Amino acid sequence: MKSWWFTEDCYPHLPEEDTYRSIRVDLPNQHCDPEIASDLYNRYLDLWCACDEIGLGIMLNEHHQTATCMVPAAPIMLGILARQTKNARLLILGNPLPNRNQPVRVAEEMALVDVISKGRVECGFVRSVPYEAAAANILPYRGSDRMWEAHDLILKAWTTHDGPFNFEGEWYHHRQVNIWPRPYQQPHPPVWITMGSNGSARPVAQHKHVGAVFLAGYPRIRDVFDGYREGYLEAHGEHAPLDRLAYLGLCYIGENEREAEEGARKLLWYMESNKVPPEWSNPPGYHPPPVSANVMRGVTGSGVPTKPTLEDQMMRGNVFAGTPDQVFEQIKAFWEYSGGFGHMLMMGQAGFLSDSDALKSMTLYKEEVEPRLKELAANTDPAELWEKSKAAPVREGIDLGNFAPEFVR
Amino acid sequence: MELQGLDINVVRKGSGKPLLLLHGGGGPIAQMPFADRLAERYEIIAPTHPGFNGSKIPKHFTRIDDLVYLYLDLLDDLDLTDVILMGFSMGGWTAAELAVANSTRLSRLILVDSVGVKVGGREDRDIADVFALPGERLAEIMFHDVSLAPNPHEVPDEQLQIVAGTRTALGVYTWDPYMHNPKLPHRLHRIKIPTHFIWGASDGLVTPEYGAKFCEMINGATMTVIEEAGHSPQMEQPDRFVDTVFELAG
Repeated sequence: MKSWWFTEDCYPHLPEEDTYRSIRVDLPNQHCDPEIASDLYNRYLDLWCACDEIGLGIMLNEHHQTATCMVPAAPIMLGILARQTKNARLLILGNPLPNRNQPVRVAEEMALVDVISKGRVECGFVRSVPYEAAAANILPYRGSDRMWEAHDLILKAWTTHDGPFNFEGEWYHHRQVNIWPRPYQQPHPPVWITMGSNGSARPVAQHKHVGAVFLAGYPRIRDVFDGYREGYLEAHGEHAPLDRLAYLGLCYIGENEREAEEGARKLLWYMESNKVPPEWSNPPGYHPPPVSANVMRGVTGSGVPTKPTLEDQMMRGNVFAGTPDQVFEQIKAFWEYSGGFGHMLMMGQAGFLSDSDALKSMTLYKEEVEPRLKELAANTDPAELWEKSKAAPVREGIDLGNFAPEFVR
Repeated sequence: MELQGLDINVVRKGSGKPLLLLHGGGGPIAQMPFADRLAERYEIIAPTHPGFNGSKIPKHFTRIDDLVYLYLDLLDDLDLTDVILMGFSMGGWTAAELAVANSTRLSRLILVDSVGVKVGGREDRDIADVFALPGERLAEIMFHDVSLAPNPHEVPDEQLQIVAGTRTALGVYTWDPYMHNPKLPHRLHRIKIPTHFIWGASDGLVTPEYGAKFCEMINGATMTVIEEAGHSPQMEQPDRFVDTVFELAG
């Protein structure tokens, strides 16, 4: 089991909630004070650098035109961390390929950082969330197909070493592809792809890439992971190793329950602040018509729930919080139910959680939780665990409510 | 009917001179009362653009000119001549492009609250961004009488799913460049048939001022503005709309 620490680099100083319609896309940047932003970026970078000292993997991502995540260019953050850290693996999860008009440029950026970091890049590709459509001015219709075409071009760019090749696809055209540098890792950096459904997991498995799932919780995790495991078995005639799957949840560990609860409640800012109206959460062609119709009717579509309770989110398997013993038991229970995974992705900082609180939780995780998770995974046969998971009864009583489907991408 | 190997839904009704009716982003309109009245004098031929009203979008359909070539084939296959071509909103854009490409089978062009060109500068929002507006705001700019706007809470789920699919199709054809073809103004001189614009006075999606500027781009084109109507004058003022058409086209 490998563990990764993640923060979205939020700008938490928002105006009164009833004074704006959306935290994404059209919240005017007059609310972003560059002085404050500068301090925040440097704090977040320090926390990532602390991962290097503590021994956790570093995970980062990007979003656009939003206070929830101030990183509009994750490769730049990755480049800084490549130079400022020495040992940590650097997971970018990920590059929003359908919204990047030049996949070859993505291949170049990732190769560059891989070389500077001496082969520490783990390269994620994502279709991206619906709110990105307006910011990127890209129609999200057939976004997955577009992502896979960009993926194919990038992998070919990374692995072709005998001069230019030609690529004239449905969306991307390059006639002289010959990137410099080539990646440090051979044949290329490990590839991660986010998965939102049983069907979208299958092509990820066929490529043997790491399939990552965000916040699907108990209600949906088995369906998605099973899609991967079935696809892997079908394509390769063997069971998927645990290290091909990853799960992201919010995670806070305290020395006692009270401290843990306080920290976890602060992390919930990430969900509470995600005020997004339908015009941004339902761009044309992103969701299949039944989901889109629901958003129009107001059944879902306000992003993650804006009034989450900690108890509810913990019950869903979206938040792991407590003492080290409690968090180990929570993750273990979810891990067994899901059929297992080899990467624990933790959102460990959000909102107004202080650096010292974040650091305390990271250290407790590293010292007291991770060793037990490693031992658990090391002594597990993936095929047996999958069988047990399939036999385990469905967790009842977990209401998905208005939890937006796009959020598991 | 089958066109380009695709199964295209085409409504045909009425008799008289052929009138090819190209609907806008909201989907088919040939079932509306205005079309019944037009059918008293003309033979209406009203295809559903692929992707609209629950139909499939062929993978290679990505732009307005895919519709243009589809309907050029339709005109050939049905061997229609002396056709009145009438297009609404994005169907108006399609009609203008079609007339530019080949108007030998056409006798008259009628564009209703049509998009298709850029009339202002690069920072002018000539055409409201329908994909970025809250539902209530969209209703305000689309309708003179906002009470006519459909309420998604009252639309049955099956119908709402069709609306969702239609919205996707609209996105496919019009997303970028948004609702216009930068090259079209440089080609409109090719339109030599009588051309008329009909516009809803209260249209906030594309204003009458936009319509007037579009109208100036086509030699000899004229324009009628219909009061108490928004983006769909044929729906809000069907009688005034049809009277205007009869006056123009006989």
